Order: sequence, then C-alpha cells, then structure tokens
Amino acid sequence: MWYMCVFFHRLLDYRKPEVEALAQLFGAFADDNNGDSHSVQWKLPDNFHPDNPFHFVNIPSEDIARDIAKRSILVKGMYEIWGEGTSYEQLEEAVNAYPEERKLPYLTSENTFKINIDSFGKTFTTQEQKELLKRLAFIPFKGRVNLRNPDHNFWFIEIDKYEANNGLPPIVEKRIFFGREVGAADRKLLPTYQLKSRVYIGPTAMDAEMAFLMANQGLAAPGKLVYDPFVGTGSVLVAAAHFGALTMGADIDIRVVRDGRGPDRNVWSNFKQYGLQEPISLLRADNNLPPWRAGLKEVFDAIICDPPYGVRAGGRKSGGRKLLKGVVGPYTVPDDKREGHIPSTAAYSLVECVHDLLDLAAKMLVMGGRLVYFYPVLREEDSPDPTFPEHPCFKLVAVSEQILSFRYSRVLLTMVKVATYTEEIAESARVMHLDFKANHLKWLEEGNLHSAVFAPNKEGENVDLRFSKDSKPKYRGKYV
Amino acid sequence: MRLLTHNMLSSTIKGVSNGFPLTIEAAKVVEKQVDMNSDFLKNIFSKIEWKPFVEAAKTLGFSELPEEDVQPSLLDSHEFLTKFHHALLEIHLEEGALVCPETGRKFPVNKGIPNMLLLEDEV
Repeated sequence: MWYMCVFFHRLLDYRKPEVEALAQLFGAFADDNNGDSHSVQWKLPDNFHPDNPFHFVNIPSEDIARDIAKRSILVKGMYEIWGEGTSYEQLEEAVNAYPEERKLPYLTSENTFKINIDSFGKTFTTQEQKELLKRLAFIPFKGRVNLRNPDHNFWFIEIDKYEANNGLPPIVEKRIFFGREVGAADRKLLPTYQLKSRVYIGPTAMDAEMAFLMANQGLAAPGKLVYDPFVGTGSVLVAAAHFGALTMGADIDIRVVRDGRGPDRNVWSNFKQYGLQEPISLLRADNNLPPWRAGLKEVFDAIICDPPYGVRAGGRKSGGRKLLKGVVGPYTVPDDKREGHIPSTAAYSLVECVHDLLDLAAKMLVMGGRLVYFYPVLREEDSPDPTFPEHPCFKLVAVSEQILSFRYSRVLLTMVKVATYTEEIAESARVMHLDFKANHLKWLEEGNLHSAVFAPNKEGENVDLRFSKDSKPKYRGKYV
Repeated sequence: MRLLTHNMLSSTIKGVSNGFPLTIEAAKVVEKQVDMNSDFLKNIFSKIEWKPFVEAAKTLGFSELPEEDVQPSLLDSHEFLTKFHHALLEIHLEEGALVCPETGRKFPVNKGIPNMLLLEDEV
C-alpha cells in the first residue's frame, strides 16, 4: 500500500536509506534472502523536486509503516492519504471518492481526533488555519476533538507553488493533501541523548542524531551483536544499545576505553547514564592486528563505526618505530621493562584502515549482516563522482553524503554481506596486509587526507571563485 | 571481560601458531546482570568453543555447565539457557590477566578491559 512519507527537512541524503533499512528490519520483504535485491518503491507527488520533504512510499502493511515511522529519526510522519488535488474542490472530490470502509472506522463517535495543518516553505496565521479547517466540513467527523492526546491524527497539507528560493527547490503547482497519520518519529530521543549532556565525550564523539541513523542502517535490535572497532567514547554503541542490541567495542587507545576521566566518567558510565545495557565487552586492540582466534567467524550482526581517517583524529596502528625508521630488526623491549611498557604506534593510512575494516567485516559478520561506516570524500576540483571501497563479500546498499566543509564531506556507506569469506579472499587480504607493511610510507602519503583538507589555497586562485564553485548543482540542504 | 569475549580472543604474537585459548589468571571477579535474550544465545551457541568455555567458567568459579555432549537440542531447556547465559555474559573478570598458552606472555585485564595490544617485537 502507498503511504505518504513526510520527512524532516535535514540530512536529505539519509532520509530514504533510513526508511529502506527499517523496512528491511520490520520484515517488509517477505522472502528474506540476505537483503539481496530488495528495494522499496518510491514515488514523488506530481512536479515535486526529489529533495522536497513529501514522498510516497510503498509499504506492505500499516503495521510495518507505523513501526518504520516510530523508530525512524528523519520521518516526520507516515500518512494514509485520503485525497489530493490542486484545488479544494478537487480535494473534496477525491476524499469523497476514497473507499468508505477505509474512512468510517476512524470517524466514529468513540474516536477522538485532531486535525494538523502542515506546509513547506510557508506558515499559516491562526485565522488562515481556521479558514482551512472550515473547508474540511464535508468530512463526517462524529468523534470529539482532543488536541493533546487524540486517538487519530489527521493532516491537512497545503503546498503553494513557488520559485526556487534560497536554495529550496521550486514547487511548480499548488497541491493539497488530506490523510490520516499512521505513525511518527520520536524526536524526543535527540534531546535525551544530546552530546552536551553526556558525561564522557571526546573530540570525535558522534552526535546523537547521526549515531541513531547509523544504528538504524545497521539494523540494531534486541538479540543482535553490534561491534565498533573504533569505539572511542562509545557514542555509536550507545545508539545501538538504545535499540536493544548487545554491543562490543575496541580501541587502540587504552586511556579512552579503560580510564576515561574517572570512575563515573568513562565509556561504561555513558551507558549507565541512559539506563542502557552496558557493552558486553570493551577491549584494547589494534584493528590492524585483530586479536580474534583463528577459527572465529560470523559472530557480529553489524559492524558500525566512524574510522579515524586523519582529518580530526588520525588512526594509529602497532609497530611504530620499525615502520617509521625503516629499520630491519624490530625494537626489542628489554625484559625488565616489559611490564608497563607502552608500545609505540605508527600512523594508520586511510587506505589500510578501510582495507582492514572490510576484511574484518567480511570474516566476522553473519550472512546478511551489515557494515556501516563513514568514508571521507574530497570535494575539490572537478573531481569525478567518488568511488567507494568494494569487496567480493559485500554489496553496497546505501550511500549518504554529509557535507562538512568546502573541501570535504563524509559519506555513510551501508554494505550488506552477501557472500561467504573464502580462503582465496583471506589469502589476498594477507598479501595486501604485508604490502601495507612493506610500503608503509608510500601508502601513508597516498591516503593523506589531512593535508588535502587543510592545505592553503592555491596561489592566484580567486577566493570568490572558490565560493561559487562550492555551490554544486545538487541542492543538499543547509544543515550538515 | 565476559567469557564470551574470552572465547573469541587469542594471542596473535608473531610466531605463535595456536594462541587459543588464553589461560585466565583471576584477581577479581564480579557479576554483572545482563537481560537474557534467548535468540541471541541460540545464535551464538554454535560459535562457542565449548571446552575452553567450560574451563574458563570453572577458573572463575562457575562449574554448573555440562562438559560434554552438548547438543543444540539443549537450547530448548530453560535451565540450560539460564546457566549458559550466566556463564557467557554475567561473569565478569574485573582484574587479572590472560596468558598466552605458547609463550606465557600476559595480557593484563584492568577495570574489566583486556589489553590485547602487542609490543614492538611481538608484531
């Protein structure tokens, strides 16, 4: 059945993938073969720009539509549309023609109701709202009005035509909709989990809204095990735990995972603060040399992370001094200093980091499990569309960009495991691992995002030109 | 560190061919309650190396797990699930060490966090 899906007007690239992920989670696809070849059907109202907040989506049942809306972060509401048109007369005609058996159960005298008025790019005065409500007098509501806690919410949506304005996409024709709300997002989550009231955060803690979106892409749910190999202060796992998943995290920096900033200000306390199940495991380990036993595979349902790609925080891996100085023999720690010795680490290039992550995920995810992670993209010059990491075990199902500055943006990638991890794949990963080790400096230079993002402007380049170049043709919303 | 984690970890020191299972040296063991989810237990059951799991549980003072002949059919028993859940997720090694079975190298566990990072000459 087709529902109108109205989004909050932010993080535009993340909206449809979230609904699609939740459709998968709530069983919208009956014959579930590892998330393969599943897609949700979308439709736009006539003449609407794809970036506008109003979309139609085909969902098999009202229960699933409600579940999706309730759990989502970016869906303002899912509505069963009773009628639409370009004028009030057309709307009335359409609503009257809508099947009685779909309307009457919600109009009886036992039901309380509320009519909400919504628009996009304009507001209505109280007087105008009253006028609009009068136009709905033809609908035979029998129940009482309850503005606080109605049994049924109805939505009267009027979008006037307007030209492209302040980056907003143009609407060619006036359009009016009337429908019944099936479900809506619980945005109260966001103030509860906002970072500014969290006890322990670090410089790269993931903001609550994005963390929830990541957990949704990873299909976090009770009974599932979610792993974050770059756990930091646990901000991604907090979101996964909120949705009931069991969590596990690792980090190379022991000060962050073990000590935090005191007994009640550490990763564990972040979970206690919200009354969430604390992580099953936190450990200090190197993503470059994961400590898992040889035969272990297919244990995690999702790997969700924000890898250190060297712009705000640089990645580190084991084997520092040897790699840096190019010495053949490793530094040998004297026996009397082994206890409490702090091993040196080396910079971890983005390419190697992503390679290790994909290899780990290919091995450790269950079939149909999801790898969700951020990948940085340079927006400079007339670069062609970015290419994203590929792996024979994975299928890329969602790509959502968030612009961070003139020069770079980050893209949330969602990959589903569709093939088993074979001996050949393991072998080629091992060869690659050795190559990274042998040509440490070369890889480090190639993946140096920091200097690309923070390099000074090229000489002779006009600054104004830089600004105008920034406004790429595709409108992505002012929020980042 | 829960026993689930212990069952997943091994020593990956260069030259060590079988770093699993790590021997547990326990200095402080605590119990932390975890909500039981039987679906999770049923999924994870086949991934557990049972013998090292039973041994590890004994080291930490829990010896109510069946040692041999553990069949997936056991998962239908609520009594078994409760014990499995308790051993897997609720017993928590707070302070101690994990010892590499081949080299005797100790990986310290402080504040419940195993430190699996290798030294320069072990990479």
